[in-house]
Amino acid sequence: MTAPMSLPGEFDLAAGPLPEGVDSLSDVRVATPSDGRERIGVYICHCGSNIAATVDVVAVRDWAAEKLGDRGVVVARDYQFMCASTGQELIQKDIEELGLTRVVVAACSPHMHEKTFRTACDKAGLNPYLCELVSIREQVSWVHTDREAATAKAKAVIAGGVLRVAEDAPLEPLHVPIHPATLVVGGGIAGISAALEIADAGYPVHLVEREPSIGGHMAQFDKTFPTLDCAACILTPKMVTAGNHENITLHTWSEVTDVKGYVGNFTATIKHKPRYVDADLCTGCGICVEKCPKKIVDEVYEAGLGYRKGIYTPFPQAVPKYPVIDALNCTFFENGKCKACEKFCPTGAIDFTQKDEEVAVEIGNIVIATGFELFDPRRIEQYGYGRLANVFTSLEFERMSNAAGPTNGRLVLRDGVTEPRAVGIIHCVGSRDRNYNSYCSAICCMQSLKFAHLVREHTGATVYNFYIDIRAPGKAFDEFYQRVLEEGTVFVRGRVAEVTDAVRLPDEEADLGRVIIQVEDTLAGAQRRIPVDMVVLSAGLEPPHDAKETARLFGISCSSDGWVIERHPKLDPVATMTDGVFAAGCSLGPRDIPASVSNGSAAAARILGRIQKGEMELEPVRASVDESRCSGCRICNDLCPYTAIVFHEDRMVTEVNPALCQGCGTCIAACPAGAISGTGFSDAQIFSQIEGLLMVTSSGRMRSDEARETVTA
Amino acid sequence: MTETIHADGATVPPAAVEAGGTFEPVVIGFTCNWCSYRAADLAGTSRMKYPPNVRLIRLMCSGRLDPSFVLAAFAEGADAVMVSGCWPGECHYIEQNYKMLRRFLLLRRVVEAMGIEPTRLQLVWASAAEGQRFAKEVGRIVEEVRALGPLAWNEAGRDVPADVRRDFSALEREEAAAIAAEAASPPDAPPPVTAVPPEPGIAVEVTA
Amino acid sequence: MSVVPAPNGKPRFAMYWAASCGGCDIAVLNINERILEVDAAFDVVFWPAVMDAKYADLAAMPDASIDLTLFSGGIRSDENEELAHQLRRKSKTLVAFGSCASEGCIPGLANLSTVRQIFDASYEGDSTDNPDGLRPVPAFAAPEGELTIPTFLPVLRTLDQVVDVDYYVPGCPPESGRIAEVVELVIEALAGRARLPARGSVLGAGRSTCCDECSRERNVKRIDRFVRIQDVATIDPVLCLLEQGIPCNGPATRDGCGALCPAASAPCIGCYGPADGVVDYGARLMSAYSSVINATEPADIERVLDGIPDPVGQLYRFSLARSLLGGSRAALGARAARSATPVEAAAQADPHDSPAPPEAVLAVAGGTDR
Repeated sequence: MTAPMSLPGEFDLAAGPLPEGVDSLSDVRVATPSDGRERIGVYICHCGSNIAATVDVVAVRDWAAEKLGDRGVVVARDYQFMCASTGQELIQKDIEELGLTRVVVAACSPHMHEKTFRTACDKAGLNPYLCELVSIREQVSWVHTDREAATAKAKAVIAGGVLRVAEDAPLEPLHVPIHPATLVVGGGIAGISAALEIADAGYPVHLVEREPSIGGHMAQFDKTFPTLDCAACILTPKMVTAGNHENITLHTWSEVTDVKGYVGNFTATIKHKPRYVDADLCTGCGICVEKCPKKIVDEVYEAGLGYRKGIYTPFPQAVPKYPVIDALNCTFFENGKCKACEKFCPTGAIDFTQKDEEVAVEIGNIVIATGFELFDPRRIEQYGYGRLANVFTSLEFERMSNAAGPTNGRLVLRDGVTEPRAVGIIHCVGSRDRNYNSYCSAICCMQSLKFAHLVREHTGATVYNFYIDIRAPGKAFDEFYQRVLEEGTVFVRGRVAEVTDAVRLPDEEADLGRVIIQVEDTLAGAQRRIPVDMVVLSAGLEPPHDAKETARLFGISCSSDGWVIERHPKLDPVATMTDGVFAAGCSLGPRDIPASVSNGSAAAARILGRIQKGEMELEPVRASVDESRCSGCRICNDLCPYTAIVFHEDRMVTEVNPALCQGCGTCIAACPAGAISGTGFSDAQIFSQIEGLLMVTSSGRMRSDEARETVTA
Repeated sequence: MTETIHADGATVPPAAVEAGGTFEPVVIGFTCNWCSYRAADLAGTSRMKYPPNVRLIRLMCSGRLDPSFVLAAFAEGADAVMVSGCWPGECHYIEQNYKMLRRFLLLRRVVEAMGIEPTRLQLVWASAAEGQRFAKEVGRIVEEVRALGPLAWNEAGRDVPADVRRDFSALEREEAAAIAAEAASPPDAPPPVTAVPPEPGIAVEVTA
Repeated sequence: MSVVPAPNGKPRFAMYWAASCGGCDIAVLNINERILEVDAAFDVVFWPAVMDAKYADLAAMPDASIDLTLFSGGIRSDENEELAHQLRRKSKTLVAFGSCASEGCIPGLANLSTVRQIFDASYEGDSTDNPDGLRPVPAFAAPEGELTIPTFLPVLRTLDQVVDVDYYVPGCPPESGRIAEVVELVIEALAGRARLPARGSVLGAGRSTCCDECSRERNVKRIDRFVRIQDVATIDPVLCLLEQGIPCNGPATRDGCGALCPAASAPCIGCYGPADGVVDYGARLMSAYSSVINATEPADIERVLDGIPDPVGQLYRFSLARSLLGGSRAALGARAARSATPVEAAAQADPHDSPAPPEAVLAVAGGTDR
């Protein structure tokens, strides 16, 4: 068949040759051509019986050809599986032979197959953005039971699609170049993994860390579950590699303060806080730290259990090795005296005049690896943390257990001397709890088991684990649980009601001075009061306190909990919805070290793929301002979270940067002059869709037919 | 006694009420691509059932919602409009749902002042994971609107009802005939000019 | 006896006032001495505001014999409608002149009330002396014969909701300077020295909005409150009025008037109608105002919105008749009788409906069946 531009009246194409391999079930009804208007093809999918069992697809097909003919429909087909290659070929053949200018497919959700059908149209020479996929499956056949009502709604949905597609404009994707440098925010294990992967491939990385050293929380841990590898032993080699890597620029004691640009072309401003130590001169000898007279409780690395000096490196294996002066607690900054560090520094590396320094870096992609903060157990007053001396958090325990920690690895009570005879470890502190955080913090069960094992190893004390469930899904995790069970740890299934030092029962007199854990032992079906000497709270993980600000800064979204939202929870777990910004590790939610490392490597792999391609295609759903109609009222100026809206004072008009614009359409809707329009979701398209959706009554008749009948009645 | 003195809104019988059946409202729902549309999809993949009265339009973001869309929906026959987007704080485009919320609140005031019950314009927040909730909310809205009855805005009269119109072409034919008749008849004699005596009590000033 | 002016070779001009205040006619006359150019260029065949005219004369004119008709005023009565149809037939170019004909203007606000409510307000009340409760009737059998007056139609409509319109000149009234420009353009076009823009265009105004002509300083907008102008002690003469919390419709109103009101520290009320391509003026303004409210909690937003106590009046002051909804539900008649059951019908009855007024003394026998 040649490609006719107009068809001679109504005829049944079923009589003519069908495309090869096409099921004879496929029938065709052709309506009168639309002379000069768009030539629209409508394709209705059976999806096996998913749609056809509820929607009368053949009736809808006939209806579309008959009733929407004057709206441009020249052919309406139905087919078993439109997404199959044979289904796509139906469309392609019609584009070629019937000269279709628009295509509407009524099938599953656009989130499933919009790309499939658009690609099919593209291959047949029709601009992919002139193809609409309307859902009559997820939105009709799967959710409605009444066949008549579902069929009526399918007609309305298709009418909406047909009227909308007539207003679609052919669009071309934008191409943007990709800068080869990457910004990794956060120097924990996830950030380090991502940075090393990219750097090893030969591309530059800027690794920004808020603390004086990279390493993150993992550097605080003692042993890691379930292998009981020493955390520092496995972490520090990676830290050193990262610190020495020719492709990694470390920005420690620094924060990102501003990000501008779009995927492939970001400019980040990094603020270096002053160390007051000249890195070029410092040899890391440590004399300054030794001589500093100011001793301060180390709330960060030592979790409040140990001390550091006014000038300090957070831990011996710190990368970089240069110390930092804590200006808030330094005698010199307080009253101009001391300067012991400066006196004793052999290379004259101390520089009290240093100030904040900002550098701007050009990067193509960003990885957010900002990690977690511990839930503050003070919020659960009945657990006594902060009030009762011998209640510890998980991080405090890690520091104590660590041979290089403040107690040199001895597990002792707050007095620093006494070893506990009994230790209670409470799971799910602040997690799985509607009063605090509903989610499970993923690592606390394994961590608590690890603590149980370490307590027995260090002290031989009796260990009680108070749990709700034991979550041990990973490799060798459950085996570790078995091992801890065999070691004699006592497991009590119940939520701890209270940790108290108040003795209430007569036979508790002997336990005066200890800590009593009151819990309902659900398996035994009884309340228990268990005296212990030390309580360890496996506190849950929370996003960093400034997670929302971070999200704003990088133009990403986080959930109401504060975790970064990934592009797809199943299929795209390290990308965010913002092109060019990825996330790895606990910034996305609680996870353990292997998961964080995987995330980091995955994000790196995605980025490396882009860098190697050199450029990227962006969806052309964008807003643009018609400057001749813009009055410069500036009402739109504050509406863009991506700073795509720019006001030009000289010309008194506003402009939208198409590369920064993410296509949300807020400015289009707000412009009082109607000077801003948008591709992909224009006013014309949406008004047409509204009109189409309302053309059909709930019984499936055309509203205009009913009105005509009523008037003449 | 006739109630109306002048035309006072003639009525066209509603098409929305099915003969002998219950009223089935038609509700237009605006959803956002990332959250509420996905919630609807999730309701679908989970095979949740809800009434077929809602017809959805997908926008990229609820921030795209132009009040004109809602007004057009009412004017063209929708009985109700549902606006749905990501929960505040969870917008895929960071914070655009707040901007929509502001517009929605002003729009609702205007729509109410025009005589449309606020129940016919509802805002539903739904995240992509809340398929069940989406289905439930749709069911609730449909029943609430069903109880109100049809809005039938587009059947109302901006058009002048047939029984009110005068037949202008007939009038014009009459006038044209009258003019032709007048032209054909002899001209009237001009009326005699008589002095009009001044009214008593009114001084007549004669200026030279 | 009717007098039909003899054709004298000049292009023929007409101007009509339907449901209008006469301001548009005055605005045309306000082009001052340039009115003489109009007189020189045109043969004025029908202009009731300015010279005597009879409908019969108009009716006798051949179709498309008037080159340019400026039609001001909205369509409220069937007399207005009759003249709209007639003038459409008799005119080559029909211009919806002024806000009433283009969008309904202030008379369009009556679309918020039913005819009964309008008549109750007009013929009843403390300030009205109508002890017998008379109401006008369209026809009355007088001893001399039947007298009729035009029928008051259910809603006010714009000119283009009744007939096809060629051009629009917006404004309430259009600025005289702009009118002079339009007249100039038409004269040039008729002489073949210029071309009028595409049919359906707006003449005598810009394509953008009032802010384009306003010289006030504007910044990124974050509105904390709306105030009524009478509640403001001083108005900053330099800063944008909207940023001072004064609802100014300038951002949504077509430019062309020279932004005279904001220059005088009066907020724009929107008489020049919407900008190019805008479907519903009020919706644009609704979106614009609310998008820049500096609040995120619903309670806070509502508090700010309380500063606009009459949103329909503020947003649709001139454009209600042309808007998507067109008027209130009661006025447009989309209510009561449409329900399934009489109970529902009663429940939906307009609470403002007063019982029928007493039969007018001079009613026609047999009543009117309209």
